[in-house]
Amino acid sequence: MDRQDCQHLLAALGEYIDGTLDEELCREIEKHMAECENCRVVVDTLRKTIYLYRVEAQEESLPQEVRHRLLARLELEG
Amino acid sequence: MNESEKFPSFSLEALRRRDRQEMSRLVEAFSGVVYRLGMKMLGDPQDAEDVLQSTFLKVFEALPTFEGRSSLSTWIYRIAMNEALMILRRRRPEVGLALEEGNDEDDEPLSKPQALVDWCCLPENELLSGEARRVLDEAIRKLPEKLRTVFILRDIEGLSTEETAEALGLSETNVKTRLLRARLRLREMLSEYYGERVKESGLYG
Repeated sequence: MDRQDCQHLLAALGEYIDGTLDEELCREIEKHMAECENCRVVVDTLRKTIYLYRVEAQEESLPQEVRHRLLARLELEG
Repeated sequence: MNESEKFPSFSLEALRRRDRQEMSRLVEAFSGVVYRLGMKMLGDPQDAEDVLQSTFLKVFEALPTFEGRSSLSTWIYRIAMNEALMILRRRRPEVGLALEEGNDEDDEPLSKPQALVDWCCLPENELLSGEARRVLDEAIRKLPEKLRTVFILRDIEGLSTEETAEALGLSETNVKTRLLRARLRLREMLSEYYGERVKESGLYG
């Protein structure tokens, strides 16, 4: 991650991953990644990081007893 | 998908006159996400339950003054985040002080990624093992508060940049910068753990 191109990629990475970067810049990034293994790894592991947090969070559910206590506190049971 | 489209729509008029059925619908729709936000922010079930209860008490109390400038969901996220931050500051008062001093690093250059092991090849059951989940939770709690709030709303809850900016009272540019910083830091922390797993598995090199 020492080259000038890598630094450019880093700054645009957020928008690239979110798919909001303009097309021309995307093409530049993809061209750079084809030649730069380090940047490819950073992009892939960054995407995977976000993915893992999403998957993990989807599995977190509200425990029944917590739900009951909430409804009781709000006087909404029954 | 826009955040407001993920939730059913509600009658503000019915909520304001404290219609029990409409209030129950609102609680059913949002209690899961508010609890999750509390867990991710504070990492403790009791604290998360406190966030959950105080958020809904505030929501119902403040509904008469809700002007509908932001969507109802964004407004609820904002209240929930404020409740979580309040508990955090009560627990660690020095955090609040540090924030007020404005130790803002938004303008600092991004630090270069250090970890360069490709761990994407690890099987899913290893990426999401019990131990890995603990690493994920620990990493998110190590993020500075202002990065954690943005990461939770944008990447975990799936709010748009605009909605996150509204919920946290930040500019969209700040949301984008902080989100990238949060993602890069988490990537470094996860890479430490998963990088070791890759080396153990012999998949590396």
